[in-house]
Parts: sequence; structure tokens; C-alpha cells
Amino acid sequence: MIKYLLSAGDLTRDQTIEILDIAEGMADVNEREIKKLPTLRGKTVVNLFFEDSTRTRISFELAAKRLSADVINFSAKGSSVSKGESLKDTAQTLEAMGADAVVIRHPASGTANVLAHSNWINGAIVNAGDGTHEHPTQALLDAFTMRKRIHGSNSKGKALDGLKVAIVGDVLHSRVARSNLLLLNTLGAEVHFVAPPTLLPANPSNWKATLHFSLDETLQVEKPDVVMMLRVQAERMNASFFPSEREYARIWGFNADRLKTLKPSAFLMHPGPMNRGLEIDAISADSPQSTVLEQVANGVSVRMAVLYSLLSGERAADVK
Amino acid sequence: MSNSFVLKNVVIGDGVATDIQIEGDKIVAIGAGLVAAESIDCSGLVALPGFVDLHTHLREPGFEQSETVLTGTQAAAMGGFTAVHAMANTSPVADTAGVVEQVAALGREAGYADVYPIGAVTVGLEGKQLAELGAMANSKAQVRVFSDDGKCVHDPVLMRRALEYVKAFGGVIAQHAQEPRLTEGAQMNEGAVSAELGLTGWPAVAEESIIARDVLLAEHVGSRVHICHLSTAGSVEIVRWAKARGIQVTAEVTPHHLLLTDELVRSYDAVYKVNPPLRTAADVVALREALIDGTIDIIATDHAPHPIEAKDCEWSAAAFGMLGLETAASIAQDVLIDSGKSSWARLAEVLSLNPAKIGGDTDQGQGLIAGAFANIALIDPKVKRAVVADSVSKSKNSPYIGLELPGKVIHTIYRGYFTVRDGLLAETGRN
Repeated sequence: MIKYLLSAGDLTRDQTIEILDIAEGMADVNEREIKKLPTLRGKTVVNLFFEDSTRTRISFELAAKRLSADVINFSAKGSSVSKGESLKDTAQTLEAMGADAVVIRHPASGTANVLAHSNWINGAIVNAGDGTHEHPTQALLDAFTMRKRIHGSNSKGKALDGLKVAIVGDVLHSRVARSNLLLLNTLGAEVHFVAPPTLLPANPSNWKATLHFSLDETLQVEKPDVVMMLRVQAERMNASFFPSEREYARIWGFNADRLKTLKPSAFLMHPGPMNRGLEIDAISADSPQSTVLEQVANGVSVRMAVLYSLLSGERAADVK
Repeated sequence: MSNSFVLKNVVIGDGVATDIQIEGDKIVAIGAGLVAAESIDCSGLVALPGFVDLHTHLREPGFEQSETVLTGTQAAAMGGFTAVHAMANTSPVADTAGVVEQVAALGREAGYADVYPIGAVTVGLEGKQLAELGAMANSKAQVRVFSDDGKCVHDPVLMRRALEYVKAFGGVIAQHAQEPRLTEGAQMNEGAVSAELGLTGWPAVAEESIIARDVLLAEHVGSRVHICHLSTAGSVEIVRWAKARGIQVTAEVTPHHLLLTDELVRSYDAVYKVNPPLRTAADVVALREALIDGTIDIIATDHAPHPIEAKDCEWSAAAFGMLGLETAASIAQDVLIDSGKSSWARLAEVLSLNPAKIGGDTDQGQGLIAGAFANIALIDPKVKRAVVADSVSKSKNSPYIGLELPGKVIHTIYRGYFTVRDGLLAETGRN
């Protein structure tokens, strides 16, 4: 069993499908009147958040609680070194308190890897977003959502072979894009990135994806099965990545006109929180094609599956 | 007390075995069958002129938790160096006669190598106003190399004036070529790996555009310019072009840029965080070729000690820099000798003769000839050694730990004095 989930690329195809299948079961639990399993009773899960993210934190918190784990939320703002306690001291403190799993969100790329490869923590580690690197549980919940939309209650055991996914927006700074790229590659989907040239990496040669500058042309020519819009972060607005918000919205934003060009079976995703009127307009965001709220609901199921996979294996080993 | 000994059966560079006789602080004779009060068997060892590092961070004053002039020069001695140039980014910055004289005095007191302080080009390394270059040049430290290393003199007017001004006393500006706007928040080489890792890129063009500008400025004002730590294939091309054009430019490369690539950053282990960043395998090939063909003049270590806490953290919070003094000769041997592409004579040029010439160090880089100061590094080229964390430097941030490197410095003789003998550091310095 895996002990760390640092990158979506850590998972094999079989492991990915297994986690998604477990999440199906968790989704059933989340439909019940009593939404709780005793699986992780006595386990302690720490949400170690160095960056504000209410959505991701409560999703993990709910996931852990529904598995009956004890949950501690540890928020530390900003770079740990400049603000006093080092990452090492924080990690060792949590270890000393007996954390079984640490879910870490950090503004610096690679921090989950640093934590995993130090000897500071013995427990499981889940990367809940590290800088502009990765956000593997987001990719898992996105894959889960795609599978569910396509296969409904027959989703178990399925991959995403041949699915055409267009990911649109600030690809350069997006951990969602990076994790989705790796996981979609693993599941056999075809990835298309659409962005202004300033928001694509200067050298994408290691990426198994097709790059496009024009959203309209991509929609027209590629006819994607899935369109995933990325959030435009406020700090990009005044850094010359694009001339103005209006121009961005016109050329790369999703709107009612573009919605009409989608094929009937296609759907529209967004990891949230949305900038309505910038990368996505209200009509699209609230349309039946939009999966935004499904993604949120599925996030809890998928994170339950991840925590279960990381921690219940350990329990089995304990019994041996 | 007279100091008189003979190094027996030593191979000087690419030559055949011979003897070197030393009296006091000088080499007095070279040839077979020399006799003195003490004779030291050096069979199997290669003798080279003591190494000169044009780019060392000794950290004192101000950052004694990382390194001091004493520990830094001890590490230098272990690496076969008999002289180091101490970079100016201390606290206070070496931008006045007082600070450079203090660093020089600490070097003399330590007695493990000649310490030549480098003066800051601008006050406080801030890139706004020229530091008192003349005062530093005329001080007891006799500064000839000026650099804002760690920061680029990016203002073109200031760079032009600095290049012109130091002609008055035969100085040289050593430029840290890094266009600041193009490297805001930069964490690693911008390329295929940075795209995957989500780390802000440090593009090659940020280095190359400054080098291109500065060689043209040097040509325009008829000055010489030295480029610190070249790291890209494009930089090599520009320096090659400038030299062909007759521009007075010299260039250095660090050992780590000759061996390591940005693939190592995949570990997010901050020991590989350095400025300029580790580049691609193609850049490494270009730098190695340029060192062999003479486009690059010297190897300089950019020895940059940092305490454990500055590296044992998340990548973006970690300090830039890595150790280099104790391992530089091994990497030079790998590139020039073990590759079969060059010679010990070239190794002596890039680690001793050329840096001494660029830095204006008249007592160093004289070569192994009768009458020269007895600054000698004796290397056993056949030894393979696994690099361990246990360095003489006060810091441990070596990127080579766990690697096996060729060659080992057996003895270092600094002005006739064994700072290292049989691989062991002398307990006290010269004096």
C-alpha cells in the first residue's frame, strides 16, 4: 500500500482505479443517513495548512471525520522560516504528538516531497497542494467526476481511455493542471492545454499534452469531451501575463456562446473557487453541463478513499 | 629555523618524475637527485602550482555561523588551494577600505592561504552608487577584483563607469550576470524540469543578455571584464564571440556547473539550490568543452557555505549556494584528465596560473620553477574517494556527498609550509 500521495504521477493505473473504486463506496456512505464509517477510529489526521484554503481543508476534515479519525487543523501562515518556526520543527512537533497522517498544503512547490523524504515524520503524507507544483487529490476527484458523468453507476473499474480533455487558463502556475496532466495520462485520456503563451511553460517538452493558444479553435477542431477552466489568481492580473481582465475573459474565458458550441455529451469543470465573469460566466457556471458542485461533493468521497488507502493498510500491518 | 626539504620522485604536470627542492618559502631547484635535510617521497603524486580560487565566500565578517576566514582557508588548503579571493557579500559588506583590510588581516592571521579580499562595486551591493573602489585599491589589502557577486550590476551606466574607473589601478570587474527582472522569484533553471516541478524558472537569457551587454560595454570603453560562474551554452557562445573580436573578457565556471544538472532538483533537496542554477546536460557539455578549448579561462569554486537550517527546509525558503573548495580539483581532473581530452598543464592554468593573472596575484600562479614561491598542490590522481559529509568547512552543504570523485590532495604547501600533509590539515597555520 502507498504511504505517501505527493504527486498524481506516483500512482499506477491500477492504484488509481482502485482509489476511484473505493471512492465509489465512500460516495454511497455519503448518501446514507448516518454518513460515518468506523474505519479510522483512533487514528489522528493533521491538516497542516500553510496557506489559506477553506475549501480543501474542510473537504479533508469532513473526509477524515466520516472515517471516524481524530482531526487536528494546524494553520500557519506564510513561509515558516521567515515567520518563526521552521517546517522541520512543526513537522517534528506533530510527529511527537502521534499524527498518523499529515495532509499538507504549502505555498512552496515540493514541500510535501521535502516532508516525505526527511526523517521528520513517520506517518502518511498527503499533498493537498504545494505551490505551483501539484494537487493530486484534486486530479483524483476530477477523474472521479469525469468517470461518474460518463459511466454513472457503472463507473467501477473504468479508466478514461480516449477521453479528450481541454484544460484552459493559467497552466503555468496551476498545480491542478500539473496533477491532472499526470493522472489523465495514466488513465489514458488525451490532454489539451489552452492558454495565452505567457501562461504556458517556456519548455513543455516533458509534457504529454497538446498545447493551443486559441480556445475557440480548440473547441471547434478538437471537440473536447471535457473542458476544465482554471482559476486566474489575483497576483497574475498586474504582472503583464495578459493586458487586462476583459481581454482575458473575451479570449480565454468560458461563456454562454462557447457553451453552445460544446457537443451535447460534453461537460464543463472548474476546481473552484470561480472568478465569475473572468474565466467563466454565470450562465456556464450554473448550466447543467457544469460539474462544479459535483466536484465538491466528490472531493469528500475521494479524500475519504485516499485517507483510507493510506491508513487502513498500515492498520492491516499492525495486526500482522 | 631553516625550512629545507625535497619532494622526491614527483611528476610535475605532464612530465616525468623528478625532485623539487624547497628552501624557506621558495622553490630553489628542480631536477633529479636533489638532497636536503628532509626528503619526502612523492612517488605517484602529481605536483601542480598551488590553486587560486577567484570566487570564495568566506562569510566573515557577519556570517560566522556558516564559515570564517580560518575555516574557509582550511577548507581551501584541503582542496590544494594556496590563495582565495573572498567575496564582498559579508556583513558589513566589503565596500570600504576598513572591511577589506580586516578580511586580509584575518587571512594573514589564519595562515592557511593568501586571502585577497574582493571589493564591492557598489555601496552595500545595492547597485546604486559606486563604492570607494580607489580607497580599497590603495588600502593595505590592495584590492584588484571588484564584484557585487550575488547581485548583478544591472544598471548599464553604473557598469560602464565601474569598468572605466578601475582602469586607474589595473582592476577588474567580476560580473554576476543575472538580469534581475527576468529572474524575480527564480528558483531553478527554466526548462523542461522546472515546468514539471512548478518552480519559478531562471532563464538562460537572463545570464546571456547581461554577458552580451557587458562584453560590448567592455569593448566600448576598452576595459577588461570578468564573468563569474558561466552556466549556459549560450553564455559560452557569447564569450567565444567576444574573444574572437578581441574584447578583453575572461570567464569562470564552477565545478558544480561542470558536473551536475537540473535533473537533481527533482528531489527538492535544497543542497542543489544554487545561483546561477544547475542547468541542463547540454549546458554541462558546452561548459566542459569551453574549459578545454580555452573559451572559459578558469575554474572558480563559488564555495558558498550555509548552516544546516538554511538547507534543511522547503526549497523556496532555502539559501542559494554549495560548497566547492575541497572537491574542485577532483572535478577538474574528471573534466580535463580522466576524460582524456586535455592535460595537467591545462589544469594548472585553469586552477592556478589564469586566476592569479586575472586577480593580479603576483605571488601566486607562478608555476613550479626555481625562484617561485613554494605554493604547491600534490595530488594522487589514482585514488577514488567517496565524498562524505565530514568537511573541514564549517558547513556541510556539499552536493557531492555520496558521489565518488577521482583524485585526492595529499599535500598542500603554502609558501613553503605544509598546510596539508598526508591528507591531514596542519593544526596551525603558517607563522
